[in-house]
Amino acid sequence: MQSDELANLAISLLTTVSILVVISIGLAVVFGMMGVINLAHGEFLMLGAFFTLSGQRAGLNIWLAMLVAALGVGVVGLAVERLLVQFLYGRLAATMLATWGLSLILVQTVVLIYGPTTQGIPTPLGSMKIGGYSVSEYNLVLIAAAISLLGLVYWVFTRTRYGTMARAVTQLPNMAASLGINAKGVNMLTFGFGAMLAGAGGALLAPVAGVVPGMGQAYVGRAFMTVIVGGPGVLTGTASSAGLLGSVDSIVSNLTTSFLGTAALLVVAIVLLRVLPTGISGRTGRQL
Amino acid sequence: MRHTIGCGSLSRCLTPLVAGSAALLLVTACSGGSDDAANSEGPIKVGSILDETGPLNIYGEAMADATELAIKDINENGGVLGRQLDLVSYDAQSDNAKYTQYASQAAQKDQVAVLMGGVTSAAREAVRPIADRTETLYFYNEQYEGGVCDRNTFNTGVVPSQQLAALVPYAIENFGENVYVIAADYNYGQISAEWVKQYAEEAGGSVVGTEFIPLESSDFGAVINNLQSTKPDVVVSLLVGGNHIAFYRQFASAGLSDAMKIVSPTFGLGNEQVVLSNEAEGITVAFPYLQEISADENETFLEQWYAEYGDDYPYVTDSAVAVWNGWHLWAKAANSADSIEREQVIETLESGTTFEGPGGTVTMDGPSHHVTQNITIAEANGAKGFEVLSTEEAVPPSFEQDVCDLISEPETNEQFTP
Repeated sequence: MQSDELANLAISLLTTVSILVVISIGLAVVFGMMGVINLAHGEFLMLGAFFTLSGQRAGLNIWLAMLVAALGVGVVGLAVERLLVQFLYGRLAATMLATWGLSLILVQTVVLIYGPTTQGIPTPLGSMKIGGYSVSEYNLVLIAAAISLLGLVYWVFTRTRYGTMARAVTQLPNMAASLGINAKGVNMLTFGFGAMLAGAGGALLAPVAGVVPGMGQAYVGRAFMTVIVGGPGVLTGTASSAGLLGSVDSIVSNLTTSFLGTAALLVVAIVLLRVLPTGISGRTGRQL
Repeated sequence: MRHTIGCGSLSRCLTPLVAGSAALLLVTACSGGSDDAANSEGPIKVGSILDETGPLNIYGEAMADATELAIKDINENGGVLGRQLDLVSYDAQSDNAKYTQYASQAAQKDQVAVLMGGVTSAAREAVRPIADRTETLYFYNEQYEGGVCDRNTFNTGVVPSQQLAALVPYAIENFGENVYVIAADYNYGQISAEWVKQYAEEAGGSVVGTEFIPLESSDFGAVINNLQSTKPDVVVSLLVGGNHIAFYRQFASAGLSDAMKIVSPTFGLGNEQVVLSNEAEGITVAFPYLQEISADENETFLEQWYAEYGDDYPYVTDSAVAVWNGWHLWAKAANSADSIEREQVIETLESGTTFEGPGGTVTMDGPSHHVTQNITIAEANGAKGFEVLSTEEAVPPSFEQDVCDLISEPETNEQFTP
C-alpha cells in the first residue's frame, strides 16, 4: 500500500469516526446522564442543519451560522424538557413514545416552514492533494470538530460547577437533592446541553449531506447504535464505540464496498452487545 | 372540487347540512358514493394517491401539484364527455400501508373512473393488485425500473430501455469506456445497474465497479476513495432521495469533477441541480422532460404552472410532467372512446392515444402499455438548471415491447426483469 493511499485511508477512517461522534454525542449525554431515550434526537440533528441553512441565508458566515444553530437547538431542547420530558422522568416507555411523537411534529413543522424539497449548503473550503488522491478539506474540519466536542463535554462535566452537580444528580439523586442541588434545574440544563450538541452535529453535517426534513432518520439509527454499544459512559463510551464501529465500517468499505461496510458494522455491533450487554463502558460504571 | 379523505373532517360533512342548500354534491361525497359514478351524470370522480408528506414528498409534492393542474386544465377545456372531473386525492404519507388502504377506498368507496398515483415501485405494487381486483383503471406516472405488464395498468414514466439506452452510450462515446455504477440499494437501483452493464457492453464499454448504497446512507467517503483508486471515466449514479445528494457534494468537494464525469438517470428528479447549484456543473442526464426544452407546448405549460404555483417554484420535474401526460392521455382516450368505462378506455389507449406534452409528443404503445416519447440529453449548468445537448425523438420502450404484448396476451400480469 502506497503512503498516499494510506494517508487517504486514514483521513477517510477518521472522518467516518468523527461523523459517528458528532451525531451521537448529544444523545450520549441525554442517555448517559439522564437515562432518557430521546427518539427525537435525529430531528434535533435536522434542526441544527436547518438553522445553519437559515443563518447562512440570512447572511451569516457559515461557521458563525453553525454556532448560532447549535445554540438555537439548545434553546429548543430546554423548551422540550420543560414542556414535555420533565413530566416523564423514570417512565421509559412514556418518554420514548412522547419523543417519537415530538419527532413527527418537528419533521412536519419543518416541512411547513421550509417545504419538502432537499436544500443544501455548498461544502466550504476546497480540496487538497495527497499524492494521487484528493481530499475534501472539510473532512479535516469534521475531525477537529469531533475532538473539540468531546473536549467540550469533558470540560463541562469535570471543570464546571454545573457539571459536578449534574454527575451528582446522575449518581445519587436523593443525596444530591438533600445537599440542596436543584435536580429539576440540572436536568433541564443537561437536556438542553445534549440538544445543543445534537444541533452542533446537525450543523456540521449540513454542508456534506442533503438538508431535508426527513434527514434525521438517516442518522438516528447509527447514533443509537453508537450510544448503546458505547454504554453509559458519555465520553469513554461514545469515543470508543464510534472509534471501533467507524473503523470497521471505513476499513471494510474501502477494501470492498460500502454495502459490506455497513453490514460489517452491524455484525460487530451485534457481537459486541452479546459479549458486553451493557456496552463497552458498562463495566466502568456510570462515569464519564 | 377537491376534497381529501372523504369525510375526514366532521365540519366538511356538516357544513352543507348547516348551509342547507347546494348540499347535494357534498352529501353524495360523504355518503359513501353508493351510486355508480361511471354511469351517472354530473362530475366524474377520479382518484390520486401520492406522497405529499413524509420523506418521499420531495418527489410527491410536485406530482400532486401536477395532478391538480392537469385536472384544472382538463376541466377548463370542457372536461371529459362534457362532464367535469372531481378529484379525490389521498396523501399516502410515504407509507406503503396507506397506499393499500387508500387504493381500496378510492376504488370501492369513491368508485373512481381512473386511479393514478404511486411514487416508488413499492407503492405501485401496493396499488396494482387492488386496482386489478376492483377493476379500476390504474396509471403509474413515474420513472421506474420498467417491465410491468398488466392490462389494467398504464405507465407514463420513463423506463431504463429509453433513458439508459440513450445515456450510457452517449457517456461512453463522449467521456470514455470505463464505467463505475453507484446505485440505490432497492429494486430500482439493482435492476437499473443490470441495464447499465448491458448497455455499456453493447456500446463497447465495461463496468469496472458497482456499489449499492442504502437509501438512508449519506456518508460516501469510502465510495469517493474507491473511485479515486479505480479511476473510471464515467460514474453512473443511480442514487435516489435526499440523503444521496450528499454524494454529489462530497464528489465535488473532493475535487473529482475534473477527473471523471457523472451521468445519471435520476439526478434532477429531486431537484438536485437546484440544491447543489455550481457543485452540480457538468453532470449529464437524460429525461423526457426538462424545463429548458424549447417547444410551444412547454411554454404554455410553464405559464400555466407558474400562474398557479407562483414564479418562485423551484423546478418543474420530469415526474410532474409524467403525471400531467398521464391525466391528459386518459382524458383524451375517454373522450375519443366517448365513455369512461374501463374496457372501452383500455381499448382506445391500446390503439395508440397520442398527446402533445410539454416535452414533446407522447404516444401510448398499445401492446406494452408504456409510452413512446422523446429523450433529451442535457448537462447541469451550475446555475440551478440544465443545458439541452440533444434530443432523440419518439424513443420506444424497447424492452417492454420485447417482453410484453397485452393485446395478444391480455391475461399477462407480471413484472419482467432483464
